[in-house]
Amino acid sequence: MSELIAQAERLLESAKGSEEVELFLARGVDTEVQAYQGEVEELTTASSSGIGVRILRDNAAGAQIGTAWAGSLDDQAIENAIKEARENARFATQDEFIAFARPDGVTASALTLTDESVASTPLDEKIAMAIELERLVRSGDRRIRQVDAANYSDYIAEAAIVSTMGIRAAYARTGAYVSVEAIATDGSDDQTGWGLSAGRAPRDLDLAQAAADAIRRSTRMLGAVKPASFKCSAVFDPRTAATLFAIIGGALSGEAVVRGRSFFANRVGEVVAAPSFTLVDDPTDARHFSASPYDGEGLACRRNVMIERGELRGFVYDTVSARRAGTVSTGSAVRGGVAGSPSAGCRALQLSPGDIDQAEIFRRVGNGVFVESLIGVHSGVNSVSGDFSVGVTGLMIRDGQLAEPLREITVASTLQRMLLDVIHVGNDVEWLPGSAAGQTVAIANIAVSGS
Amino acid sequence: MNAELVGPDVLQRVLTEAMARGGEFAEVFAEDRTTSSAMLDQRRVEELSSGRDRGAGIRVVVGDTTGFAHTADLSESGLLGAARAAAAVARGGGGGVHEVALGAIAAHPSRALVAPGDVDKARKIELMRHADDVARSEGSSITQVSVALGDSTRRFVVANSEGVYASDHQVRTRFNVTCIATGDVGMQTGYRPIAGTRGFELLTPDAVGEAALGAARQALTKLDARPAPSGDLPVVLAGGSGGILFHEACGHGLEADAILKQASVYAGKVGEQVASPLVTLVDDGTVDGEWGYLAVDDEGRPGARNVLIENGVLTDYMWDYLRSRKEGRASSGNGRRQSYQHLPMVRMTNTYLMGGESDADEIIAQTPYGVYVAQLGGGQVNTATGDFVFGMTAAFMIEDGHITAPLRDCNLIGNGPDVLKRVDAIASDFSMTPGTCGKNGQSVPVGCGQATMRLTGITIGGASA
Repeated sequence: MSELIAQAERLLESAKGSEEVELFLARGVDTEVQAYQGEVEELTTASSSGIGVRILRDNAAGAQIGTAWAGSLDDQAIENAIKEARENARFATQDEFIAFARPDGVTASALTLTDESVASTPLDEKIAMAIELERLVRSGDRRIRQVDAANYSDYIAEAAIVSTMGIRAAYARTGAYVSVEAIATDGSDDQTGWGLSAGRAPRDLDLAQAAADAIRRSTRMLGAVKPASFKCSAVFDPRTAATLFAIIGGALSGEAVVRGRSFFANRVGEVVAAPSFTLVDDPTDARHFSASPYDGEGLACRRNVMIERGELRGFVYDTVSARRAGTVSTGSAVRGGVAGSPSAGCRALQLSPGDIDQAEIFRRVGNGVFVESLIGVHSGVNSVSGDFSVGVTGLMIRDGQLAEPLREITVASTLQRMLLDVIHVGNDVEWLPGSAAGQTVAIANIAVSGS
Repeated sequence: MNAELVGPDVLQRVLTEAMARGGEFAEVFAEDRTTSSAMLDQRRVEELSSGRDRGAGIRVVVGDTTGFAHTADLSESGLLGAARAAAAVARGGGGGVHEVALGAIAAHPSRALVAPGDVDKARKIELMRHADDVARSEGSSITQVSVALGDSTRRFVVANSEGVYASDHQVRTRFNVTCIATGDVGMQTGYRPIAGTRGFELLTPDAVGEAALGAARQALTKLDARPAPSGDLPVVLAGGSGGILFHEACGHGLEADAILKQASVYAGKVGEQVASPLVTLVDDGTVDGEWGYLAVDDEGRPGARNVLIENGVLTDYMWDYLRSRKEGRASSGNGRRQSYQHLPMVRMTNTYLMGGESDADEIIAQTPYGVYVAQLGGGQVNTATGDFVFGMTAAFMIEDGHITAPLRDCNLIGNGPDVLKRVDAIASDFSMTPGTCGKNGQSVPVGCGQATMRLTGITIGGASA
């Protein structure tokens, strides 16, 4: 890791005159195995690296930023990227709010996000896990007719962010996943179900649970029917709830707010959600797979309370969106790899757990829909207007119990309304890949569209 | 930019190395991609970005197993290292010497008239400002305009142990306008893309202005939108973006990887009537200038026009090298990959429904009650069940044969094999639209096309009872 910092520090010396330079260096090693019919179908081993460069020119009327990136850490590629970024900066509009992050005195949390066993586990063992996962699903239920993808993957990733403003941040992370898709049949109807397990290392993975998940989700959908349209309460399982939280997190971005693209704008201090709803973004909680000591600008990540007992408390900011809003960064810059520039975003959302389990939520809801998977989230959610309409598969809840499976339906409401309509929050927190943990939540007044 | 990425002698030696452990097939794909993007948001030029990514992906196939490795190091030693890593799946070792000899390269020069790198950045910004001005000229209710311009120049060379040796030089340009209108009851969005496998000539002031106007008007219209209905209704889809329906309802299900794994509802259905007799569906990589155009696919196979459904009868699937090899047939030119860091798989190019003979206005006039979808957003499908969704981003009620109230965004949901049979009218006003197709974590540019058409019913996922 210190190697990356050292390389970056050397590169900073190329800064010219009064310009400021920020460099984001990343490298990683990935392994992916896909098993099919007891054999390795695909085996990928790869290492990759890259650099993101941002150059800031400060003028009387404001600053300009130009960016460039390269999928390599060799000197020639980096030199070219620096030159390109410098050239690009000339064309940006001078803007008084544009700035790079400055060290703000907040100490980064000491987090253990790596496990050396990702590197030390022999490839054959990783291959065996993918093959075993497929076998567990195929042999777990006679209704499973196909396993079209059983995958093992892991990564070792390192990154460093340094700047002429005094930023020096470096961190590493490892991760391992297995995932499997099962196709079940009852002779006339086919249904699919996903199972997954995630951790920091191969030994964290629970193959049996991933297999059981895929089997349960696919087989219990068999014979699914398309109901007539109706209105009811919907119970989202932890996975689909995590997707919901991540969408809400998008509207809590200070950047969306200062750009006037969030339905939360100008509502701090107001009640925006049900009293049971407390949502916190905390990348310093190492239980999140997305936990990180530093944000995308090299500031320490910190715990930010977004919504507390239904009241909107604030937004997450990076340096520029904070300046536009007249505040300071919350250490919440996120960036999508070396090609992406920092922007404000939630990284590790968690809803405060309730005190009842999923079965109790079914009992209290009585009649409704249990949502187990979502389809068309990117096409069905408008985070500016808040319109929400997503395809789902799941099951009816009748008299407090799961009943017949449902297919080819959508659930619809608006995000604003759904937050206020949260009626139950489960205690079954599931730590998932992505920017949010999940737990079962029940939401009232959902329109279900069917035939 | 015109130098060879990797010369034929090096390619031959790398392929030979890749085959040395008993591989049955080996391929080198070397790529050099330059991209640039610019964003104008609220009249501020926020960021110009440039990127460069180059490297090679090498795969080795033994039996049903594919080994894959990629490297950013295009030197001979870097490529030989990747070849050995990919060949490690050939566990039998040995295998003897398989000398690979390449003949003449099938080279495809860029078809762009104006290369992105030759365009002054100030000129790009001027065009974005023009779009901003045009959008704002629609009135003060347009409170936000953002404009994005991007281009990519992708050169690659691909060679394999069976002697395929080809290169392509693809230039793509895109321009998106997003407007937000603010009214009494909230904000609404409007969006228009322009995109093509073309150079900067694609972006004339007129084309850009038209996109800006379209995005602004769409946002303004939606200010009065009411919640979409809920339930099964007749739907008229406007030409162009309506093609996403077929991309999701059957396109993905006709990709041979899903077929060979029996993970598609269309497996085993060649020769059967799977759609209304009005439906003739084509996937065509040769539509010059369209977003999904390619001279050769990412396995070196020439792009082709493939009829998938003819008069409602399923005629063929789409194929890449690996899947066609298993079936002992030829690839259909549908082997595509996001970059050298990804394995190719079966992907669509430009997928379109052939136009019909009806008149678009008459189709609407003959629909007593239903929904008119003027623009579709993205979609998603589960190929194993056939259930799919797509989002409508501009839609209206049809009442007594007339387009009436605008509707808020929502998804539509249906089952592919069922919906294909519900096509009961197709007009002649064919057009195409660009999109980005995601599959197994890889994104590739695709085109979708169709003329105005009607479905007798599909489920509208609105919030109103």
